[in-house]
Amino acid sequence: MDILNAVWVLGAISAVCAVLLVLADKFMQVPVDEKFPIVRDCLPGANCGACGYAGCDGYASALVSGEETRINKCVPGADGVAMALSQALGVEFEDVEEQVAFVCCGGDCNSTSDKMAYQGISTCAAAKSMYGGKGACSFGCLGFGDCASVCPQEAICLFDGLARVDASKCIGCGLCAKTCPSGIIAMLPAVSELVVRCSNREKGAATRKECSNGCIGCHKCEKECPEGAITVVDNLARIDQAKCTACGRCAQVCPVGCIDTRNAVLSKKAV
Amino acid sequence: MSEFSKILFIMFSMVFTENYVLVQFLGICPFLGVSQNLSSCIGMSGAVIFVMTLASAATYAIYQGLMVPFGLEYMSTIIFILVIAALVQLVEIVLKKYMKPLYNALGVYLPLITTNCAVLAVTLLNISEEYNFIESCVDGFSAGVGFGVALILFCGVRRALQRAKPPKAFEGLPITLIAAALTSMTFMGFTGMAENLFS
Repeated sequence: MDILNAVWVLGAISAVCAVLLVLADKFMQVPVDEKFPIVRDCLPGANCGACGYAGCDGYASALVSGEETRINKCVPGADGVAMALSQALGVEFEDVEEQVAFVCCGGDCNSTSDKMAYQGISTCAAAKSMYGGKGACSFGCLGFGDCASVCPQEAICLFDGLARVDASKCIGCGLCAKTCPSGIIAMLPAVSELVVRCSNREKGAATRKECSNGCIGCHKCEKECPEGAITVVDNLARIDQAKCTACGRCAQVCPVGCIDTRNAVLSKKAV
Repeated sequence: MSEFSKILFIMFSMVFTENYVLVQFLGICPFLGVSQNLSSCIGMSGAVIFVMTLASAATYAIYQGLMVPFGLEYMSTIIFILVIAALVQLVEIVLKKYMKPLYNALGVYLPLITTNCAVLAVTLLNISEEYNFIESCVDGFSAGVGFGVALILFCGVRRALQRAKPPKAFEGLPITLIAAALTSMTFMGFTGMAENLFS
């Protein structure tokens, strides 16, 4: 009869454990909002963080709990996700401003040179900490591709020592812009046409020595622009994309060719 | 040996000379899995200490109250696993309710305590060492503390490892295992200390 003893003792212990767990689950259950899985399903699940939350789960729970009221924060998901969210939450649809990353630097290997032979760790972050990078221009692209390694879409590739974003692949998550230690990757509206391909804020003469593609702050574009969309701040031209009509006159007058259409290949003036 | 010095002996030997992770090589999975950052180390150690102490107390009661009278000592492994699994579930429910950040930080390693052999080992060793109730609880608690000490020490080692640049073939887990071996060798220095300290 030993076997029966074993069976009922084990059975009794299991039953007690089961009852305890059921009771615990009943009294200490964390209520999950029934909207959460619906909202979460609307989001793409790339966990890129473009919305400013730690992953899609974070954004979904913020939306459900009412901490977050804007449904157009998912840039990669664009209008489709915003539409789905507006239906799921029963709020008004808001248009998503699609963004695209752009590397504001034209200093490829033909136009600028190195100031040292860097042999350290092959990341931009490490190189930047050594006298601002190996290149003559301490504002420019460091060329180790930290941005390319974080890009979830493999939209960034290195070309002549310069990172280039493939706008057709870019989902606008902004991870590269956060990663770049020089902070030269700008998140531009996807509709923008003309861009300044430089981040150098030094005076014209100093810029000129470092890079033949750099903005020298000559104000020509500022005077030429009929819409007043260009201002030169700290010796660097900036285009207000909201005012720009993409007439292209600034690009024509720019003596160094650093204003260009976004997807153009690097200016041949440099070579 | 008086009762008090026996308890001190158990505590010292469980944390240092008989450390479950670094001397007896039990519970290696969470040891390698959670030791990457200090806060989850502390959380995991806390959970393990809690589960081990509770498991020691519960299994002692069940063993003496149910298994010995019915002659079921041979069933200890399966019954203890059952009790530990239920306890871990309970801890998980409680943590999810009252300590959500810790629950998120522990992630998959919390359910893994169920299959952490160190927890089963502590309950089985309590029986084979013929500890009484207080001693069993102290044993469970200090085994958990020992686990925590190993985890936190190794977390420091791993931080140093992150700055090192090992040869390509050793990057990642291989160098971590080598570092774990070296850390465990340092604990050989404690061998024989407990017996002489508390005799």
